[in-house]
Amino acid sequence: MHTHRVSTAQTQPAGAGVYLDFFGDLRPWRHWTLHVDGAVATLSMQVQPDGGIFDGAELKLNSYDMSVELEFADAVRRIRFEHPEVGCVVIGSGYENVFCAGANIRALAAATHAHKVNLCKFTNETRLELEEASRNSGIRFLAAVGGACSGGGYELALAADHILLVDDRNTAVSLPEVPLLGVLPGTGGLTRLTDKRHVRRDRADVFATRAEGLRGEMALEWGLVDELAPRTAFADAVGTRAAALAEQSRARGRFAGGAPVELEPLGMTPTPDGSVVGEFVALAPDRDRACAEVLISASPDPRWPLRAARELDALLCHLRFNEPELGTVVLLAEGSHADVTVHDRALCEPASHAELETALLWCRTLSRLDLTARTLIAAVEPGSCFAGVLAEVALAADRTYILDGEFVDDRPDDAVGMAVRALRGPQAAEAGPPALAMTQISMGSMPMANGLTRLQSRLWGDDDTIAAASGTVGSALDAQAAAEAGLVTAAPDDLDWDDDLRLAIEERAAFSPDALTAMEANHRFCGPETMATKIFGRLSAWQNWIFIRPNATGPEGALTRYGTGTRPSYAATRV
Amino acid sequence: MSKIDYSERIPNNVGLSEDRRLQRALEGWQPKFARWWDELGPAGFSGNDVYLRTATDTSAEGWAHFDYVKMPDYRWGIFLSAPKPDRRIGFGESAGEPVWQEVPGEFRSDLRRLIVVQGDTEPASVEQQRHLGHTAPSLYDLRNLFQINVEEGRHLWAMVYLLHAHFGRDGREEAEALLERHSGDPDNPRILNAFNEKTSDWLSFLAFTYFTDRDGKYQLGALAESAFDPLSRTCEFMLREEAHHMFVGATGMGRVAQRTCEVMVEHDTDDVRPFGVVDLPTLQKYINFHYAVSLDLFGAEASTNGANFYTAGLKGRFDETGYDDDHVLTSTTFACTEVVDGALATVERPSLQVVNLQLRDSYSDDCEKGLRRWNRLIAEAGIDFELTLPHPGFNRAVGVFAPHDITPDGRVVSRAEWEASCGDWLPTDDDRDYVNSLMSPVYEPGRMAGWIAPPARGINTRPVEYDYVRL
Repeated sequence: MHTHRVSTAQTQPAGAGVYLDFFGDLRPWRHWTLHVDGAVATLSMQVQPDGGIFDGAELKLNSYDMSVELEFADAVRRIRFEHPEVGCVVIGSGYENVFCAGANIRALAAATHAHKVNLCKFTNETRLELEEASRNSGIRFLAAVGGACSGGGYELALAADHILLVDDRNTAVSLPEVPLLGVLPGTGGLTRLTDKRHVRRDRADVFATRAEGLRGEMALEWGLVDELAPRTAFADAVGTRAAALAEQSRARGRFAGGAPVELEPLGMTPTPDGSVVGEFVALAPDRDRACAEVLISASPDPRWPLRAARELDALLCHLRFNEPELGTVVLLAEGSHADVTVHDRALCEPASHAELETALLWCRTLSRLDLTARTLIAAVEPGSCFAGVLAEVALAADRTYILDGEFVDDRPDDAVGMAVRALRGPQAAEAGPPALAMTQISMGSMPMANGLTRLQSRLWGDDDTIAAASGTVGSALDAQAAAEAGLVTAAPDDLDWDDDLRLAIEERAAFSPDALTAMEANHRFCGPETMATKIFGRLSAWQNWIFIRPNATGPEGALTRYGTGTRPSYAATRV
Repeated sequence: MSKIDYSERIPNNVGLSEDRRLQRALEGWQPKFARWWDELGPAGFSGNDVYLRTATDTSAEGWAHFDYVKMPDYRWGIFLSAPKPDRRIGFGESAGEPVWQEVPGEFRSDLRRLIVVQGDTEPASVEQQRHLGHTAPSLYDLRNLFQINVEEGRHLWAMVYLLHAHFGRDGREEAEALLERHSGDPDNPRILNAFNEKTSDWLSFLAFTYFTDRDGKYQLGALAESAFDPLSRTCEFMLREEAHHMFVGATGMGRVAQRTCEVMVEHDTDDVRPFGVVDLPTLQKYINFHYAVSLDLFGAEASTNGANFYTAGLKGRFDETGYDDDHVLTSTTFACTEVVDGALATVERPSLQVVNLQLRDSYSDDCEKGLRRWNRLIAEAGIDFELTLPHPGFNRAVGVFAPHDITPDGRVVSRAEWEASCGDWLPTDDDRDYVNSLMSPVYEPGRMAGWIAPPARGINTRPVEYDYVRL
């Protein structure tokens, strides 16, 4: 049990009404079973109805809440790291006649707006990871839809490479959100129909407004599924298809025969004041300034890349779900540049299963950072190591400050960054002026959701500056050089540094958090659209808007009334 | 409009000849139905004259006509009860408004699903009972089986008519699918699991007609309350035919008990199997089994769909006007029996969410009536034995009791305890083998198989000895 159950009757769940633990070991899973047989892994969903995080929201018919999603993400990650032999993952159901009914509506209705938004985002990240794993790790996903598959259930199937549907003249795939719930299929459903599966938009319109969905031949003809099999031949069809997909995976030249990578326990536990200390990443809340200081400590330890990525990833999730009021994240780093760049080769040109998966995890973690709805401020100070993969952290920030020169005087006790550094104990004294050093990693190994590098996104449209900045790869840039290259927002000297940072953070805390979230998301993802940017920028934004509209969550809204037997009453005004 | 026009290719009282499009659609479906009947309807007997009832009018008096007919020539048709002038919606948020003659767009898929699920059960039972003709205990019973079969076929027609008339292309596809799913077919099973079980012996058949057809009565009754008037009128008339099916079950089970009692008295023993009748404990086991399976057909006690259907006016409760409440159910609670901390307890739930349970409770009350009659027969024979309905939590696969092991007398027990005793509560393989061993056909007019007493009277004032099926 890694989640604290809260009562759905609780009137004020607050942002953190339910605490989710992203640091502990989730095994044994309660909702999933994994069976690996050679190159084929079968991941079966069998949601325990009483295993959800909200009391009173029974997880019937393989419907999910975060308790199910956390385990799913854990399972996918473990398959990637611990099972290099796996070329195909069959996603199936442990229940007869039902594949997955999607997000549990009572749980959704009971959750705060923030929880809803974060659930959708986390779920979307995991769905996108299936596609990313297929693309980059060569793991093919097969959705074995042997029973009812609706809403988020079909969206889960949509994220797979291949959808096999049982044809028994009864089982259907459906997206009933619009007609039944007054919300969107917000886990990529609408986007993948048109952009991935190229379902005609008029048919997508029909399908997404037809609560009962489509079955058999028609689902196949419309491109909603890839294959049909009768009931008695279903298991065989799954086996045959999985074997073929696994074969395809081998053809793509994954690091076959690589050694499994064990995911050691993180062993991090938040203290009562909210500090979290990992081996390489630490977090200290500064509640007066509504900010979280996150310090990444570099190390030449070969365990660093994997461990640091996992810790950072877990901390980001923890901040999203459990610390909704820490609106700004100050990103700090400590160590020598060499301690980070020593890992460059492995992250840039992975030569083993372990290196590849670690590099991909960094890529996803940085992407998670891009998608975190907090103001990101990177502070490049003496003794920091924003180099190599950590240069990407600095480039991910909404604002990047670099100290011009060194600190001459003692800094005030409440200076930005002091709290989290205190968690780490005393540091090496000599440091010299800080520098920022991009390496080859920043040239495309860690693309953002928009398909661009963080450098390109930062300097979008200014090709000369991008070319010039790219020319600095491999060099450490001091404040002046970094400013000239367009990599930093400001370069205060030691006289202004603490005040400038403090003012920037305090100013941020005074703005509307909603406006900031929206503004930052707009600025971060410039340039071309991808399926991911459409999902996070368009689908999610509309969904999140719908979530706060009375038609969905007002007293007579569809989500509020779902399951009560009373019908929603909509305001007819089109907005 | 209550008179049925038999001059048409498809007998009807809905003015089919005035709707060319619909007529064409149904005439397209007709040969498929005939093929289905031929392939999956009663095995054998298609060339025999059967003394069958055919509806001629949907008004209460003189509504049926009895005559010999070969089953494939039976005039399946479309019969709706006469419209009630100014009928109003009786429940839900639109209570008091005029009923609908057309499907409102917003309820199109819910209504279609309700009709498809109901429609799916009608041909399913015909398929389940396909081979029973070969082991009928009498010509009287054989005729009753066939009467039920043809009428279930007609009930399929009734649902198909609604699908064709009101649901466009989707409806036509669903109508086809009703003939493509088959009871027990592993690839294309019937929608509700109870209709994929085999009905392999006549005791099961009689229990099925008593318990499972009675579920049909309650479902049809709830649909007869519908705001969608064509559905209401269709179900209204189906209910009249359905009454005969339950009569077959009620009297049939009674005749089995009666025959057993006669043998018990005659030989002064409880050990009646050597005399070729069904011992009362086995009869009780069949009751237990069929009652539990039939309760599952009511769905989960607390049901979002049930509540939505009620609020929308699509499906009410049985005899909705008989309920002394506001027929909106948004402000009252209903006492539900559930398992709380390992013991049965009463939990108050919003009435609207447990419409299914209310329907099921009225069904259970109705089931009790038959048992009282059978127990009277047993008592009159001077035998100290009482047939009972098991606790509603017994042997359930659907709803709140499904995860628990509950005895027929309503104790929550461990899985091990349940398994150790379930042979005392449900028919064992031995019991079924024994019952099957009794199943030899008796085709001589007036004679009965040894395990069942003759009926009190024949059909349509004919004597019991009447040649109900000409072999």
